[in-house]
Amino acid sequence: MMRLRIGLCLASVFAASLALAQGGTDKRRSGYQDMGPSLQRMQDDGTSNPGMLFVQLGAEAWAGPAGAANKACADCHGASGATMKGVALRYPAIPEGADTPVDLEGRINLCRTTNQQAAPLPAESRELLALAAFVAHQSRGQPIAPPDDPRLAPFLDRGAAIWALRQGQLNLSCATCHDDNAGKKLAGVTIPEAHPTGYPVYRLEWQTLGSLKRRLRNCLVGIRAESYAYDSMEYVMLELFLMERARGMAFEAPAVRP
Amino acid sequence: MANVLINAPKTAKRGEVIEIKALILHPMETGFRPGTNGSIIARNIIERFTATWNGDEIFRIDLSPAIAANPFVSFFAVATDSGTVGLRWSGDEGFQVEESIAITVE
Repeated sequence: MMRLRIGLCLASVFAASLALAQGGTDKRRSGYQDMGPSLQRMQDDGTSNPGMLFVQLGAEAWAGPAGAANKACADCHGASGATMKGVALRYPAIPEGADTPVDLEGRINLCRTTNQQAAPLPAESRELLALAAFVAHQSRGQPIAPPDDPRLAPFLDRGAAIWALRQGQLNLSCATCHDDNAGKKLAGVTIPEAHPTGYPVYRLEWQTLGSLKRRLRNCLVGIRAESYAYDSMEYVMLELFLMERARGMAFEAPAVRP
Repeated sequence: MANVLINAPKTAKRGEVIEIKALILHPMETGFRPGTNGSIIARNIIERFTATWNGDEIFRIDLSPAIAANPFVSFFAVATDSGTVGLRWSGDEGFQVEESIAITVE
């Protein structure tokens, strides 16, 4: 029954998401618009988007108790996950009582360690991605809305600086490709504008769901630069900058990308 | 644990050709890839997918290591009688998943 409900729900948000993505004078393009119609249909159909398998997994993890506190996510946040609507749109953010930002996966792990008293889930682990996909899916079709928190400004600036920093053996910055040459071809592939509209994303090349961190590492390897460690602040700052850059664009998680 | 998404009509007219689509979570490990320690990761694929309509087999495929993870299967069937369509995946490491859907034929 659950799969049917997801299917119906997806069909209804799809119309909204397209309207948002292509509306008005906004010239920004989501990677969705650069895909062929068959891949777009794969993403939009809740029963052919493999990311939805992970959303189902996430729903199970959401309901299952964990840690010494023996509490499930559902015990505090409600069984349906509806309370998570809009949450993925405003991360990375600075959690209560902290002074540095965390991304969505980081926030889930924070909840695990403090409220569930469980061990944090490893980066890119299936359960963490599934939970992130479940939470992110609740915001499908809504506009990306980073928080207006003045404490984020220095991190945002640092993220913008990393974006513009030439690095690696190819001596390229993120901006070289995704600002200056977006829309042109790189080895037959259209260079996207790099808006993080659908993470965690099901990438056909990976044959699995992956986080924005994994995608950023992919690009760093591509320019022959050394990747940052999975838990490093650089990714969070870059994610913060990218979400700010994509402010107002429609959220598509879990998206499908080639 | 089974994690499956099925897309099929709930009702069909007698004699109508309907499409049944099924997606399943599975790594489809080829058995040709070395792992991080250099030794080959054991093959772990779905070997066979079968579909039955009220117990009669209507569709079957054998899957190969070249098929990507999370295989998506789509096939057509002629709606004859109301009843149950059974979908069954079986493969390496004792992988067995069965799902069924009810279709009403008017």
